[in-house]
Amino acid sequence: MAERGLNAEGPAAARPAWVPGLGLALACAAWVLIYSRLRGLASWFTFGLAGLGPSSRFAGAVDFFAFEGPKVLMLMLAVVFGVGVLRSFVTPGRARAMLAGRREALGNVLAALLGIATPFCSCSAVPLFIGFVTSGVPLGVTLTFLVASPMVNEVALVLLFALFGWKVAALYVGTGLAVAMLAGWFIGRLGLEDWVEPWVYQLRAAPGGEIEARGLAERLKAGGVAVRDIVGKVWPWVLAGIAVGAFIHGYVPADFMASFMGRSAWWAVPVSVLMGVPMYSNAAGIIPIVQALMEKGAALGTVLAFMMSVIGLSAPEAIILRKVLKPRLIALFFGTVAAGILVVGYLFNAVF
Amino acid sequence: MEIKVLGMGCAKCRSLVAEAEKALAQSGRPGVVEKVEDMAMITAFGVMRTPALVVNGRVKCSGRVPTAKEIGPWLNEA
Repeated sequence: MAERGLNAEGPAAARPAWVPGLGLALACAAWVLIYSRLRGLASWFTFGLAGLGPSSRFAGAVDFFAFEGPKVLMLMLAVVFGVGVLRSFVTPGRARAMLAGRREALGNVLAALLGIATPFCSCSAVPLFIGFVTSGVPLGVTLTFLVASPMVNEVALVLLFALFGWKVAALYVGTGLAVAMLAGWFIGRLGLEDWVEPWVYQLRAAPGGEIEARGLAERLKAGGVAVRDIVGKVWPWVLAGIAVGAFIHGYVPADFMASFMGRSAWWAVPVSVLMGVPMYSNAAGIIPIVQALMEKGAALGTVLAFMMSVIGLSAPEAIILRKVLKPRLIALFFGTVAAGILVVGYLFNAVF
Repeated sequence: MEIKVLGMGCAKCRSLVAEAEKALAQSGRPGVVEKVEDMAMITAFGVMRTPALVVNGRVKCSGRVPTAKEIGPWLNEA
């Protein structure tokens, strides 16, 4: 929680300019020190303090929780803070200026990358859509942006990195971006501008309504706000997820899940995608459970498809987008993204 | 003083209205907090992330819910 201290309310201008920089360096050092000792601390807690025998199932579950819980929360704190600071450099206004009038293929690639850097809650999907489309960003490029932004989400990324390793995290980002780019590009090629509600094109978005942060102190404060908003909201879900994961880890027999979510069950991928659509806010709690399931024999592609579906295909967002898109365009858009996710799921099940 | 909360009625917009009303009451100044849900109006302010806070016609913040404590100084500037 060291980063919190930096963002204490107060007039930033009254402090010398080096204060935020020094505070940041100290917080980073403290973080690294604590993080590097977590393994030892968890063993000490389980086998020393709680006095559990090393071979019992209960001890296995407790040790899993005592290590994974603090580890994931600390990683999340650091990444959400860092991403919050980075994001103060990229506003939707800047993203729009970079994308306006872009040609399709390159525009889709750029939109996917900018989408990662620009977070928005699903209730902002409509103003973003209008702001982009009315200032000359092509329809397909705008749709790429709208999928990429929630799909590559920092909380999901931290959890994947912490629980599955960097390879799976990188695969998730890479394939998530590819799905967003290709789905947007495909719809852009079809030329479906008249499937957008006509009133949208009659609006004119004013430029420059978005406020930007400036200076290190203000950017660090943006990181602190991100920590408060995101980590403050998801930590109970994450801990609950890890607790369920710990239980599965300790008690469910190995290979139990292989029959349900293993690679031999061809229907596992589509069922996972369908299950993911109505789930939205609980994504943070689902990943630790999924990790424990995978340990018991579920296949990687099925797991990735499930994650992408939970995060990228949200039912609330579809309902909100109905205001600006005709139903057939929403259906086509979500269908294309779902098809991309299915391909990713089968691909990974085949390769790994 | 004229305070507007731009947003289409999600949970965040409602909490921003509550924070803005709290800040206005604390400042002790006369004014109203108005909720703007019309897309054309929201677009006209150039806002792309909701909820957004507008004080006397100027956008002060968008895409998050500031606390009443943070809103206070914006009201005093206006």
